[in-house]
Amino acid sequence: MGSNYLPSTESDQRKMLKRIGVESFRELLERSMPASLIKENLPDLPPALSEMEVSSLLTGLSRKNLNLGEVTSFLGGGVYDHFIPAVIDQLLLRSEFYTAYTPYQAEASQGTLQSIYEFQSLICELTGMEVANASMYDGATAAAEAALLACSQTGKKQVLVGSNVHPDYLQVMRTYFSGLEVELSEIAFQEGLVDFADFEDKISDKIAAVIIQSPNFFGLLEDISLFEPEVHRSGALLVQVFDPISLGILKTPGEYNVDIAVAEGQPLGLPLSYGGPYLGLMATKSSLVRRLPGRLSGATVDHRGRRGFVLTLQTREQHIRREKATSNICTNQALCALAAAIYLSLMGKEGIREVAELCLEKSRYAQEQICKLDGFMLKFSSPFFKEFVIETRLKAEVIVESLGKQGILPGVDLDRYFPGMDRCLMIAVTEKRTKEEIDTLVEVLSKL
Amino acid sequence: MNVPEELKYTKEHEWLRSEGDLATVGITDYAQSELGDIVFVELPQVGDAASQGEPFGTIEAVKTVADLFSPVSGEVSEVNPKIEEDPAVMNKDPYGEGWMIKVKMSDASQADSLLSPTDYRALIEKAE
Repeated sequence: MGSNYLPSTESDQRKMLKRIGVESFRELLERSMPASLIKENLPDLPPALSEMEVSSLLTGLSRKNLNLGEVTSFLGGGVYDHFIPAVIDQLLLRSEFYTAYTPYQAEASQGTLQSIYEFQSLICELTGMEVANASMYDGATAAAEAALLACSQTGKKQVLVGSNVHPDYLQVMRTYFSGLEVELSEIAFQEGLVDFADFEDKISDKIAAVIIQSPNFFGLLEDISLFEPEVHRSGALLVQVFDPISLGILKTPGEYNVDIAVAEGQPLGLPLSYGGPYLGLMATKSSLVRRLPGRLSGATVDHRGRRGFVLTLQTREQHIRREKATSNICTNQALCALAAAIYLSLMGKEGIREVAELCLEKSRYAQEQICKLDGFMLKFSSPFFKEFVIETRLKAEVIVESLGKQGILPGVDLDRYFPGMDRCLMIAVTEKRTKEEIDTLVEVLSKL
Repeated sequence: MNVPEELKYTKEHEWLRSEGDLATVGITDYAQSELGDIVFVELPQVGDAASQGEPFGTIEAVKTVADLFSPVSGEVSEVNPKIEEDPAVMNKDPYGEGWMIKVKMSDASQADSLLSPTDYRALIEKAE
């Protein structure tokens, strides 16, 4: 039982065992759990390694990772390879921000609170919404929280979600709803877009929220204004899942009269990484602020009238409202939100527009070139932003595997999300992809 | 603590004044002093149903929040617009300007089952 790392000495253990009245650790196990669960012998573990050996072992394992500096990625499906200016990482490393992330005590945490306030203000400007919170875990949990907000606001328990919302988001929503008796119904899609007839069939005064993603999972632009009047007439809230970069050129959720806008914030200066950490963006109309989940930083003045920042409207949160809190989130992705705030302030209005225009132009170029090839067709014909679906005579997994060997990640095999769409490859083109890289992709595809 | 003689009370520290089948509901002086500065009240809409013992809204002070429970059943016939604009009125004048809602009672005898001023005074003395 001895260990080099746990500060529990043999004498400590003897004292503890004596206090609870057992002779040995073995007796404690026998008296507290079924005999069938006690293993006589531990599996053979390899011998302990030195620090140097561990370091070399892990370095070897990490070589199995693909590095975006060395391969060309057309992967998307929710996270995107946008350019990250070096200044972001450099500023994140400042110890005032990089260390413990919950210094919410206003008299000692003005820097953190101000950075959150600025993040919220930037998200409001970007989305055209009136209030934004300090961030959620990621896009999927933000979408689920938006649905729950709508349920508590309307007192209803049914949620209508486009079936072309990111499939992972749908799964996370189902998990969130399972204990809460919230019912999720999907609206079918036609030609990649939310089917308006199916929406009209399913909308009723029992619906708490209608959730539409635009650009949707397939990259296509939905006409939010088509749905808005009927959603509001029925008494439901309208939720849009958006792409933050796309708002450089597209109409904002605020302009569409959306009630709650949510997104994955990764495109705003965060690297792609398996499992995150990512960044959930959430912005609403100000009439919903008392039901908004999560932290909220507000501007105020101190007793001498100087400007300062505090967490505000905390009675929404569970350390005060307990089981009636608007949500059980009691944190935010402060460092990731800071990265997004730095990215947005660095880019400015013009910068975001330029990035969005480059995505639009380059993805259009890629799509046109690919569709000139024999056997490669655009799957859905309506306008897209930076991602599009190509249908081929080959299985998408064959393309992915073959191009992978040549250092190109050609896109997402849609069979993974929509079984049967196994000849559909979803390709994302960000501002980072050069004409040469796109031409190489086309050339390699032509030789398949 | 001010506990007017002409009113009825609940364990949840609301008061009720009935005139025929119309009841006016508010929170007690004790409730407002325990809550501290009231910053927000969420009230039902005119026409909503209220049922005895069930929550009809919430009240928020700087560091706490509580449900508001209806002392009687019926239909909400009026809400006080003044306290939505300036909730502090409930601190200043809980039995007058700070009233919350008026309920058209479905069963006026429900009012008789509420606490008398003597019972309510005993309740808050015990709580203190």
